[in-house]
Amino acid sequence: MHDKTLTQLANALDSGELSSRELTEHYLQRIQQSDAMLNSFISVTADHALEQADAADQARAKGNAGFLTGLPLALKDIFCTQNIKTSCGSKMLDNFIAPFDATVVEKLKAAGTVTLGKTNMDEFAMGSSNESSYYGPVKNPWDLTAVPGGSSGGSAAAIAAGLTPAALGTDTGGSIRQPAAFCGITGLKPTYGRVSRYGIIAYASSLDQAGPMARSAEDCAHLLNAMAGHDARDSTSMARGVPDYTDTLSAPLSGLKIGLPQEYFGEGLDPDVEKAVREAVSVYESLGATVREVSLPHTHYAIPAYYVIAPAEASSNLSRFDGVRFGHRCDNPSDLIDLYKRSRAEGFGEEVQRRILIGTHTLSEGFFDAYYTKAQKVRRLIRQDFLDAFEDVDVLMGPASPTPAFDLGANKDPVSMYLQDIYTIAVNLAGIPGISVPAGFVHGRPVGLQILGTHFAEAQLLNVAHQFQQITDWHLQRPAFAEESA
Amino acid sequence: MQWETVIGLEVHVQLATHSKIFSGASTAFGAEPNSQACAVDLGLPGVLPVLNEQAVAMAVQFGLAVHADIAEVSVFDRKNYFYPDLPKGYQTSQMYHPIVGPGEVEITLDDDTTKRIRIHHAHLEEDAGKSLHEDFHGMTGIDLNRAGTPLLEIVSEPDMRSAKEAAAYLKAIHSIVTYLGISDGNMAEGSMRCDVNVSVRPKGQETFGTRAEIKNVNSFRFVERAIAFEVERQIELIEDGGTVVQETRLFDPERDETRSMRTKEEANDYRYFPCPDLLPVVLDQAYLDHLRGQLPELPADKRERFQHELGLSAYDASVLSASRDMAEFFEEAHRVCGDAKQAANWVQGELSGALNRENLSISDSPVSAKQLGELVVRVLDDTINGKAAKQVFQAIWHGEGDSADAVIESKGLKQVTDSGAIEAMIDQVIADSPAQVAQYRDAEPEKRGKMIGYFVGQVMKASRGTANPQQVNGLLKDKLDALL
Repeated sequence: MHDKTLTQLANALDSGELSSRELTEHYLQRIQQSDAMLNSFISVTADHALEQADAADQARAKGNAGFLTGLPLALKDIFCTQNIKTSCGSKMLDNFIAPFDATVVEKLKAAGTVTLGKTNMDEFAMGSSNESSYYGPVKNPWDLTAVPGGSSGGSAAAIAAGLTPAALGTDTGGSIRQPAAFCGITGLKPTYGRVSRYGIIAYASSLDQAGPMARSAEDCAHLLNAMAGHDARDSTSMARGVPDYTDTLSAPLSGLKIGLPQEYFGEGLDPDVEKAVREAVSVYESLGATVREVSLPHTHYAIPAYYVIAPAEASSNLSRFDGVRFGHRCDNPSDLIDLYKRSRAEGFGEEVQRRILIGTHTLSEGFFDAYYTKAQKVRRLIRQDFLDAFEDVDVLMGPASPTPAFDLGANKDPVSMYLQDIYTIAVNLAGIPGISVPAGFVHGRPVGLQILGTHFAEAQLLNVAHQFQQITDWHLQRPAFAEESA
Repeated sequence: MQWETVIGLEVHVQLATHSKIFSGASTAFGAEPNSQACAVDLGLPGVLPVLNEQAVAMAVQFGLAVHADIAEVSVFDRKNYFYPDLPKGYQTSQMYHPIVGPGEVEITLDDDTTKRIRIHHAHLEEDAGKSLHEDFHGMTGIDLNRAGTPLLEIVSEPDMRSAKEAAAYLKAIHSIVTYLGISDGNMAEGSMRCDVNVSVRPKGQETFGTRAEIKNVNSFRFVERAIAFEVERQIELIEDGGTVVQETRLFDPERDETRSMRTKEEANDYRYFPCPDLLPVVLDQAYLDHLRGQLPELPADKRERFQHELGLSAYDASVLSASRDMAEFFEEAHRVCGDAKQAANWVQGELSGALNRENLSISDSPVSAKQLGELVVRVLDDTINGKAAKQVFQAIWHGEGDSADAVIESKGLKQVTDSGAIEAMIDQVIADSPAQVAQYRDAEPEKRGKMIGYFVGQVMKASRGTANPQQVNGLLKDKLDALL
């Protein structure tokens, strides 16, 4: 059952071959059996899930089922869920239960989905390996000594291991695409403003975007249909029509113009990853696409610019965690300053503290122009690079990450960790959409092909990814872990 | 040495929107603590602000009223600092691109001269909650009802040169915002609060002295008192060989003094940066034109019109235009009676006196503008004399009648103009006052004019105030002189 894609499961529910309760029980059982090894879930909401499954089955019996009705999925623990703990991977919010659902959670509930639980993540989405979680690292189901990537590592690992057919993630600098690549699944970061951010605990507000993670592009298209759209509660969500993303999945790719950014194939790229990506590109050529090299000249400024802007916003966004109204509060504070200092020092982990310090520093008087203002200028140049490239080509392709999943504990130095996001981060700065699709393996660890499009080109990205998945089966391969524990 | 005072004001005006600037929670004053704070106001994880369009419209209306440049694009910034009544750890404000640019306000001074005070800018921001330090036994209570209430902070240029000018400026701002209906202007409830920047310099010196910022000055009177104290403090300090340090001071109205809160070195670094959760506010010409078309007549225009079209004195025009309620009351009374001077006299005289005695605002007046106008009509057409008119006013005030005519009728106050009736009363008074008649007869002719007053009084008393005083005067003189 857990071999199937979300789309196949939907068809099985629709034909009556399977009930949502059976499906939900199956996944809950798999989580119970196997997740102790993976640590991909922070909370499992079994009772709640079974209630939702029964309600979905009843709706289906009455003929009120939509495509997603009764399908189980998992939510990264950054999405606020009413009456269910939302920890954001942090001790700070280990006791936090939101009194409301995030807009996307509301939408997916309305579409009849079943929530299996909340998945593990890097603390406050700050990390590329899932090692900064208060709840411990997540392991990569393809190789339990490897990281699953981050920050949506729990979501990616759970899908790869067959513990859920799909999950939601968020992507601020690559946090959907890089773990999708490391775990051999498909993950889409939509255009900034495509999906509401309301109820998603903010890391860097101008970069954060929620997206679907699943086995296939087709699965992602179905999920994005339910997630996308304007939300009056998020001023940065765009009032722009939402197409049916499944309508164009089958469009032929002949004449598609693919650009390969030369900066994405340079120093630091693992040669085996490069080989896998170039082979994937040649698959597109066989489908009638043309390929040319393009340049994104400001690429090497992306990481420095990101590590000014994101921590700056984070330092402000995380100020509300002060021990006064919710979240962790230290014992017996002697006065207000002591309350602030100890609550925050105890509640936040090292990487979060590091980014708050960086952000506080770059926004300080005397440093603001040199850092923040300059980083915003760089951001505009990076965005312009992409817009210029999309004058000449339809999509850009390259690796999602310079290497396959690295070993747990391998990147102790924060800067070497930051460099993991070199191919994903500029996409967030530019606000464009990107998708990572499985494109092979290196030493048994998956490789992700990243496909980028211009603003609001999600339908095109899903089409391009889906066509690849029609003639390759990288996305259908399962780790031994998923088989053994079955 | 001759000193000159330099004053600039930052006035925080609470805008009279129904809901908060970034959430749908109510802004009503006086609710149970924390009953009007929603998830957004509490700064819960995941929430996002949505700008209240009404607050934008109100800020623009203010800008238009002070002839300011309205920014085509304005941007909200975050002002970061930790305080328990600041739920998000930052206040959303406008630091770099405020919605209202440079403008000016005309103030009227006691001698009826006017002066223009320049406005540097005005920006929108959210209010914080309140920390309550009493009644919590060593702890602090936090009430977030006020958190997120929209404020317009109006920053003047340092154009004021005395405490009186500062108070006049504050009154002018109060008058503009209440005319526009964008604030209730209630200073006691904190709807208008004021920070005062004060410095002194030797007269004739061009550069400014070092300023102190006085916080928490929340009434017209306190503004004058705080400035008076602060000016004296700074002059004494300099004359004793000291220097003024740039600092924030707190005004203590009970001890009538200002005290140091923090110096420049202790000041926070607020780490302002554009709020990524809010889009820039972009306003087009059509929107501004639409709001301009809805502006009411403003105090300065009204004052001008009262003086030059209605022929009121500068003083009357200024008093009657100071508040929208007062002006509207006067205009309605004037519309009913048709005589601006009489209407002005009654509003400022009898009505204001009665309101002051009972500590009522004009909007709570028991006598309506229409009733007052009708009363004036009866004075103008000689139905009642001035004395009876005051009785009629009091009667309506105390609910003894719905209209002047009804009171005149029920109390029999209609003026007696029948000369026969008046003569009969005069004859009776003369007959009853032989001693006074004798005095009158024996007095020097030039003193008799004064003595006639006694007889007038007696006749008026006999008529219960209803006799026409001019007629009484004329007839009395004739009759007394006939006795000579």
